Amino acid sequence: MNMQFSRRQFLKGTGAGVAGTALGAFGFGDAEVALAQAARPFKLEKATETRNTCPYCSVSCGMIMYSRGDVKKGEKAKVFHVEGDVDNPVNRGTLCPKGSGVLDFINSKQRITQPMHRKPGSDKFEPVSWDFAMDRIAKLMKEDRDANFVEKNGDGVTVNRWPTVGFLAGCASSNEPGWLTYKVTRSLGILAVDNQARI
Amino acid sequence: MAPTFGRGAMTNSWTDIKNADVVLIMGGNAAEAHPCGFKWVTEAKHHNNAKLVVVDPRFTRSAAVSDFYCPIRAGTDTAFLLGVINHLLSTDKYHKAYVEQFTNASYLVREGYEFKPEDGLFSGYDAAKRTYDRGTWDYEMGADGFPVRDETLQNPRSVFQQLKKHVSRYTPEMVERITGSPKDKFLKVCDYIASTGNGERSMTIMYALGWTQHSYGSQTIRTAAMIQLLLGNMGMPGGGVNALRGHSNVQGLTDIGILSNSTPGYLVLPTEREVTFDAYMGNRDFRPLQPGQISFWQNYKKFFVSFLKSMYGSAATAENAFGFDYLPKYDGQYDVIRHFELMHQGKINGYVCQGFNPLMSAPNKSKMTAALSKLKFLVTIDPLETETSRFWERKGEANPVDPSKIQTEVFMLPSTCFAEDEGTFTNSSRTLNWRWKAADAPGQARTDIDIMADLFNRLRAAYQKDGGKGAAPVLATAWQYKDPKHPTADELLREINGRALVDLKDATDPTKVLLPAGHQLASFAQMRDDGSTEGACWIYTGSYTQAGNLTARRNNADPSGLGIHPQWGFAWPANRRILYNRASADADGKPWSERKKYMVWDGSKWAGPDVPDYPPALAPDKKAGPYIMNPEGVSRLWVRRTMADGPFPEHYEPFESPVENALHPKTSASPVARVFKGDLEVFGKAKDFPYVATSYRLVEHFHWWTKSVKLNAIVQPEFFVEISPELASEKKITNGQWVKVSSNRGSVKGKAVVTKRIPTLTIDGKKVHTVGLPIHFGFVGETKTAIGVNALTPVVGDANTQTPEYKAFLVDIEPISNPVA
Repeated sequence: MNMQFSRRQFLKGTGAGVAGTALGAFGFGDAEVALAQAARPFKLEKATETRNTCPYCSVSCGMIMYSRGDVKKGEKAKVFHVEGDVDNPVNRGTLCPKGSGVLDFINSKQRITQPMHRKPGSDKFEPVSWDFAMDRIAKLMKEDRDANFVEKNGDGVTVNRWPTVGFLAGCASSNEPGWLTYKVTRSLGILAVDNQARI
Repeated sequence: MAPTFGRGAMTNSWTDIKNADVVLIMGGNAAEAHPCGFKWVTEAKHHNNAKLVVVDPRFTRSAAVSDFYCPIRAGTDTAFLLGVINHLLSTDKYHKAYVEQFTNASYLVREGYEFKPEDGLFSGYDAAKRTYDRGTWDYEMGADGFPVRDETLQNPRSVFQQLKKHVSRYTPEMVERITGSPKDKFLKVCDYIASTGNGERSMTIMYALGWTQHSYGSQTIRTAAMIQLLLGNMGMPGGGVNALRGHSNVQGLTDIGILSNSTPGYLVLPTEREVTFDAYMGNRDFRPLQPGQISFWQNYKKFFVSFLKSMYGSAATAENAFGFDYLPKYDGQYDVIRHFELMHQGKINGYVCQGFNPLMSAPNKSKMTAALSKLKFLVTIDPLETETSRFWERKGEANPVDPSKIQTEVFMLPSTCFAEDEGTFTNSSRTLNWRWKAADAPGQARTDIDIMADLFNRLRAAYQKDGGKGAAPVLATAWQYKDPKHPTADELLREINGRALVDLKDATDPTKVLLPAGHQLASFAQMRDDGSTEGACWIYTGSYTQAGNLTARRNNADPSGLGIHPQWGFAWPANRRILYNRASADADGKPWSERKKYMVWDGSKWAGPDVPDYPPALAPDKKAGPYIMNPEGVSRLWVRRTMADGPFPEHYEPFESPVENALHPKTSASPVARVFKGDLEVFGKAKDFPYVATSYRLVEHFHWWTKSVKLNAIVQPEFFVEISPELASEKKITNGQWVKVSSNRGSVKGKAVVTKRIPTLTIDGKKVHTVGLPIHFGFVGETKTAIGVNALTPVVGDANTQTPEYKAFLVDIEPISNPVA
């Protein structure tokens, strides 16, 4: 089911016809038609449009992301322009000063591009591989869990809790990773799981 | 809100705000913090002749376009709102039929319950433990087992009379004395509010963290909820109490259970005192409190068992109580503020921050730095560098640490940002919208899903291979994803929605299959408590059915013209766009007015533009109340035992306040809010720190992210301190000059912006100045380096939610020489 709707495809289907009729109806001659044909093509014509949602506040403004390349076709894609989605009934195409800047968020100089590791006492981060980082984190966690996990409390009640590790989940994360995070943290017995509802 | 109405979420939708006749913005600043949602206020003003009323310590941009602005001292909103209630009741301007029929005004409270006005305490207070024994906070029970009611509302022990008595102290004069809001302005606000108590007109209330970030924030919100009930504005188009959430998916992550004592869908994680599943369910008695009430939580077990089936799959069987024992059982509070306290005590070894920057967002930064330094390991998962990931790095006075003394091992893992993954956000008005992936991630960044799956797979493999403590729950966890290393968002949303595990048969006719095995559930009404259904989060059931992913629906049609957009995404629960909408009609099912007609009884069913928040074919003469989540069937002006700090709201001062509580100086601040040793000692006194400080957002920035976003860093490049001309002349500070702002915990420095936007108020006969502090700056990113505002803020949480008190604390201010450029 293709729920994505390209506004431009729609315009192509109907708009051109309307424009042609209108030109004729107003009695414009060949000069205007030639001028229209000479106009520079729409800048975003070759772009792939993808519907997304602003990651900042809780209005959930619809956004159209314009990219070179189409991830749905397995192509490499990079966003180069973002606009408000006029079809979205809440923001109706508008974006605020925060949302208008998201392209610079996507391309921020502060984006992290590889796992980094800081050794105890060190004054710098060093790049490491994912395999190194995840292996080391899993090892630290298992060591701590084996040492501090509480299977039964003093009364012999099964409590399955791991009190010495905590997890904060950020609210720019979607519901789907949110649920997976829930599943993983609770299956490990972590009680200190929180989000930004409070701060 | 949950203790009052039954559910804790924004009741109406962004687009519904256009139906309002009065918009009250208080404890928030939607024009700057939620600009594109605020357009619906503009819409209401222009097309519905609505009046916008703003009550705020600052003359914000919301105030700038308001019809009426009233200043208020930060932290005194509860007193203001209780004053509004007093005005409505003493001038007879409330919606009588609504109050009589749809609230618990007629219920009698039991003997023994009382409020002592001179002490500021409810019955049952234990000063040593700083808690209430809530035994007396209950209804008077009749011989039939139901609470006794007096429909005339005249009985002195009726909730209505108790409320009248309770708020009678909040006269306009007392409100002015406490809040600094001039009496004439306060009364004008009351007039606007009272104009909607008739079923012909409606008011919406929009609030945000200006209400929640106090030691009594939950009670402020409850006061607002009570006003809306007294006016009959709940369930109405253009009505409601609308909590404007701060983050894109804070509503969603809360719905999905990412809070220390939650399970998805507002179910509760068991405590260690609930030793069996039966004991746990035994503590969840949802028997109706009046005959014929729906009390929808009676289905609790179906939702909980379906959740357990999603957690543990085939390892959850009837024999092992569906894996109840696998769940962690809590033995105390594990909220983020207490957890940082434990970290500070050296009792926490490891911490993971997934898209979270507590070094900036947690109170008392120096305490936070000390706490992080005691960890053995810290993992951050974020698209952007954060101060937290670099807490060990020396950055002058913005982060004065010595890395060689910090033994924490730190991992900074790169994750994708919203443009580079897919899934759903739940907006503030409960609507889930699917997002599509637009671009590839930079470098080696991975999705949160892949990172969590990788971590889990490594840990599970280690337990399979080497065993270890607590292996059972890890090995029992269901992980049936097609590619176990890369679960997809689509698979996860299906799991959240839930499905039938066997053919679900009709209870009355077993030959009839209602839903075949493997099919997605169409609604939570199909969930069962025998293990035959799974579904992680019952309130999201209906979002991904056999018909497909309904969160991806993009039909923006609005046939009623009321801003309902029923086929745009999916709104929980059951695609309802206005909660409690049965209450938009009177007891007989007729609209309160033609003008506000919404859901009505048409003789055979509830009809209207929305999905009824009520059994669709239940006739009004069956007398089931509109608040189906509450066992009473009605909403609660007075709550039994669900609030820690009292059945009615009461005005308490912030822990740091320029004045004593004018009503009861003996109990100035919240008597039950939790304060840790060490935090108590660093509360400042008004003689040393005479000014009220409040923190806020700027329209150009979002928390601590956009300082790493060039465009936003250009338009708002540095921290500043906002003060009034009166305070500036008193302290000999000129506009643009550098100042130092100090609390008893730390100090910050920045340029002064001298502006009339922050009025000086007269509180109890003395002048009180307010200092405004934007929150967005730190030592990572494109903006100028600054000491975070949380260097100043105190560690004390709301008595019910443990939300920290950021919006009112005490500071001093002094001019300093400009730093050398």
